Amino acid sequence: MGMHSPIEQFEIHDMAAPLFDVAGHPIAFTNFTLAIVVVVLMSLAFVILPVRKRSIVPGRWQVLLEAFYKVNESMLLEAAGPKAKPFLPFIFTIFTFIMMGNLLGLIPGFYTVTSQVVGNLVIAGSVILVVLATGFIKHGLHFFHVFLPSGVPGYLAPVIFPIEMVSFFIRPFSLSLRLFANMLAGHILLKVFAGMTAAIATSGWIASVGVLPLILNVAIVGFEVFVALLQAYIFTILSSVYLRDALEMH
Amino acid sequence: MEDSALKFVGVGITMLGGAIGAGYGISNVFQAWMGAIARNPSADAKLRMVGFIGFAGTELVLLMSFVVAALLIFAV
Repeated sequence: MGMHSPIEQFEIHDMAAPLFDVAGHPIAFTNFTLAIVVVVLMSLAFVILPVRKRSIVPGRWQVLLEAFYKVNESMLLEAAGPKAKPFLPFIFTIFTFIMMGNLLGLIPGFYTVTSQVVGNLVIAGSVILVVLATGFIKHGLHFFHVFLPSGVPGYLAPVIFPIEMVSFFIRPFSLSLRLFANMLAGHILLKVFAGMTAAIATSGWIASVGVLPLILNVAIVGFEVFVALLQAYIFTILSSVYLRDALEMH
Repeated sequence: MEDSALKFVGVGITMLGGAIGAGYGISNVFQAWMGAIARNPSADAKLRMVGFIGFAGTELVLLMSFVVAALLIFAV
């Protein structure tokens, strides 16, 4: 039958011999690395090429880029306040990278960058590092008050402080896990329905029924495009909300 | 019953709880969101962000149970 496992698409394999070792772990150029390189090139092309010939009456790609940029700008200013304007390049970079990673994964045969939790954890960790650095640079040691909201009575402080601390440091994990699980679930769903189509289509007289899961699969691909954009948007919204903690202490 | 069979029963129970809870939660989020926009259509832009944050927080519950289920199948 030659059926593939639905999670086979997430396997990482070396594309060349390992280049060097780091503490016993061979570091090689994998299909994951290749996908990241492609995504970075796509992101650069998406933000650089449309504005090389800027015009008052924008072309199609410039309209698209401006629309995404404006959505990010208004979202950031609303979620993190007007003082967050200098962080717009950072937020827009994250948005572009995640969106391109999600969309590239929808093309059959390409690897989904955001379906690896370690890659998402690096992005989410960089967000939290930026939040921490901003907080400590702007407020100094006063930033520790973010773990103790004002108005909390003194006798509750020993309870509130650990809870707030855990909820702060679990943020990168929840951010990366959300993106990872969404991409994983979506792609497994696509593969399961594709396998169902293949299994029914090769089963003799009932083969014509196989067109039903195929139709459903087309609809799911459309839904996955929506999810790809939505997850990039949610990632940047939550990053902006976390940034607000560092910029405006509560 | 074999151990591996019980494992899949556990996966089913995990996803059952996650799906019921998150289904109820997400329906609540969107119900309140639509109701708010219907009552005050001019607040649409302001409500959009809050709605997505609520959706993301609720969805996380389902994803956590999904991750636990996936770990049960592939890692345990």
